[in-house]
Amino acid sequence: MRQFPVLRAGKPYQSVDRVPVQHFLTGEVMGELSMANSGMIPWDIRHKREWSQRLSSIGIAQWESIFTRAANAFECDVLGAFDQSFEDYLDQLSATTGMPLTLCRKNAAKISAALREIRPTLQGLMRGMDPSQLEDSRGGVMFRREAACMGAVLPSNSPGVHSLWLPAIALKVPVVLKPGRQEPWSPYRIAAALIESGCPPEAVSIYPTDHAGAREILMNTDRSMLFGDERTVSPWRGDARVQIHGPGWSKVLVGEDMGEEVLAFVDLIERSVCENSGRSCLNTSSVWTATHGYELADGLAKRLGAINALPLNHPQATLSAFAQPEVAKLFSKMVDELLQTPGAEDMTAKYREGGRVAVVDGAHFLLPTVVWCSDPDHPLMQMEFLFPFVAVTQVPQGDLLNHLQETLVATALTRDEQWINQLKVAHQIDRLNIGPIPTFHIRRDQPHEGNLFEFLYQQRAYQEERQF
Amino acid sequence: MVDLSRVQQARERLDAHVRDLVAWHFSPETGCPFWLDFASRLDFDPRDKIGGYADLKKLGHFQDEWLRGGPVRRWIPKGLAGKGVSVFETGGSTGIPKYRVSMDDFRIDYEMFSDTLSDETFPKGCDWLMLGPTGPRRLRLAIEHLAQYRGGIAFHVDLDPRWVNKLIKRSAFHELELYKEHVVDQALTILKANDKVRCVFTTPKLLEALCAKIDLARYGITGIFCGGTEMNAQFHRFAREELVPGIDFRPTYGNTLMGLACHKPFVPEDEYRITYYPPHPRAVIDVVDPDDPNRVVDYGETGRVMLTTLTREFFVPCFLERDEGERMGPIDLYPWDGVQNLRLFSRLQSSVVVGVY
Repeated sequence: MRQFPVLRAGKPYQSVDRVPVQHFLTGEVMGELSMANSGMIPWDIRHKREWSQRLSSIGIAQWESIFTRAANAFECDVLGAFDQSFEDYLDQLSATTGMPLTLCRKNAAKISAALREIRPTLQGLMRGMDPSQLEDSRGGVMFRREAACMGAVLPSNSPGVHSLWLPAIALKVPVVLKPGRQEPWSPYRIAAALIESGCPPEAVSIYPTDHAGAREILMNTDRSMLFGDERTVSPWRGDARVQIHGPGWSKVLVGEDMGEEVLAFVDLIERSVCENSGRSCLNTSSVWTATHGYELADGLAKRLGAINALPLNHPQATLSAFAQPEVAKLFSKMVDELLQTPGAEDMTAKYREGGRVAVVDGAHFLLPTVVWCSDPDHPLMQMEFLFPFVAVTQVPQGDLLNHLQETLVATALTRDEQWINQLKVAHQIDRLNIGPIPTFHIRRDQPHEGNLFEFLYQQRAYQEERQF
Repeated sequence: MVDLSRVQQARERLDAHVRDLVAWHFSPETGCPFWLDFASRLDFDPRDKIGGYADLKKLGHFQDEWLRGGPVRRWIPKGLAGKGVSVFETGGSTGIPKYRVSMDDFRIDYEMFSDTLSDETFPKGCDWLMLGPTGPRRLRLAIEHLAQYRGGIAFHVDLDPRWVNKLIKRSAFHELELYKEHVVDQALTILKANDKVRCVFTTPKLLEALCAKIDLARYGITGIFCGGTEMNAQFHRFAREELVPGIDFRPTYGNTLMGLACHKPFVPEDEYRITYYPPHPRAVIDVVDPDDPNRVVDYGETGRVMLTTLTREFFVPCFLERDEGERMGPIDLYPWDGVQNLRLFSRLQSSVVVGVY
């Protein structure tokens, strides 16, 4: 059984309070998390300046080689002291999270890429600037670090998110992590890979802890990332130190000019809804079209209704199981209750056999669901769930933005320049894709949900007069 | 191995104490209006039917809701009429408070506790800092009495748990932090200005916050009496090893209804698990099956804490606490049952707010 000690500035600490990490289906204990008492976190963070100084002493070029070595270590079969093969890692990840092996592999690839491609990532974050500018004041451009350490309260449902905090280390900012209860595998493996590759241990602290401990991370780190549902993140909205990764309510918007052509984009929308089993804030949760709404919903339902739950080790599996069956049942019940509000129709119901909840090999899944809403203000148009769910409505283009609420990503299918210009200034939309770009598509030079570099650094005025 | 004859003696003493207390609380001359009224609705006279501790279950489980609201005088035993009465409120919840009246119990409890403290680390004649909930709570007077009983003076800093609960409920974490700082700053001022303070009472959260600011040993603190929520084995270890190494750290479990339970003296073999023993025979703790509270669980088994308080001032039979833990056997120092790893009763966890106190 694997032990997950508290990592206090990289040093393992075995707590006397330990909780099991269990197979989501069989209950088999696969690991044990050492729980940090909440007070340990601010106690340790008192040393953040020392940690930060240690990271500052390493040049960008050296960081690049550490990260490249770490990518190799992360993907290799046996990882030093952590002693875990890559395949074992994927199996264990799947076993405690309910994510199919195919998706575990995909998410792990995202982590590897974040390690391997650290230079282009940093360049992207720095808007094309050479990352060594951090150490130099060439051209009078200088940056001030805003954070001596960065916290991250991490989820259990999507290991790919670890690629988001990783670059902070190469930006010389130590990280303080709270892993998800079901998914300690990735952060510990990343930490082991980095430390084995020459990264100072002070770069990574990991505190398995409770809600009070999470609060301590958010209160005591200078900057932090918070992943969670709306209830978790809402108290922290408005705190500029905390980058919120909550529900995305990402959308596909379709202009009137598309006419019947929109039906050719069913595949794009399907992928936007279903990628990563619909668990990401980047997944499309609603489609707002000015044309062919019902046909589009029906076309989508035909495609999504054909997706079946498969065993987690099946090579074609695309759906994640729910670690807690009652959560799957609760979500399905919520959808059903909201369908009672007039003006909504479950379009997928007629294309699938049985109900929305499917049980395969004892694991509970929620099958992809497409809902048609004749009323754009129907509550289902504002919902986001942890499974492939999309609500479709039709609304006149001129009125569409009036209905639109917070949107992390909007993909607009239109060639109407006037409307594109309106979308560009729409305050509700964070990230805007014009054209057939899936909502989950991220380019390194267009960082998602806030720019990590700008979150951690600020340009400072700098003048020199050395001849005196 | 515990001396079984001492366990037997303790049990006999408890049974005799129960008979004495039942006679007192259910006698029209000495009982309080509440229990006399309660008895009038029974089909038996408790004085005839309760011959020892095991018979107390005939009275059913005490409901702490009975303590909510007034008139508080219904709890004053006639036999103690004329004595000065204090009234204490329980917990940090809002709404109409639950009251406990008290005359001398808090003094007796804390004097008994004082006898367990080391004169070396809690020196007599030295002063105390009381950093925790004061206001209408028993702690305010109890800690002061403890300090006075040991020849010292207690300096107080108040923490209002009801305000803390409100802040947590509305997720006002920044405000909570500011309030904690405000409380801790006052404590620092007291420590800086009064160099005779050697002993501290505080809660785990406040101890952490205090230690983040100063090294208590450097300020001359030699003994810490710590009680409150979130006192688990990991915190205990963290406190001894990191927060206050070298300072005598005494975890305690107390509440307004019971009094004060002592911690089994620290030995490394216990791996920082905390075992509390109630002040027998004035209070008894049973660990019971949550689904069948009449069944005491086996030693080492987990169950819900059931508290019985037996003093002349206050009678609380078989009250099901909001806590759970493991039943522990008698030890030589305390030859009666104790409870280990006390924590919030798991079935209540979603409804109880635990704050910084």
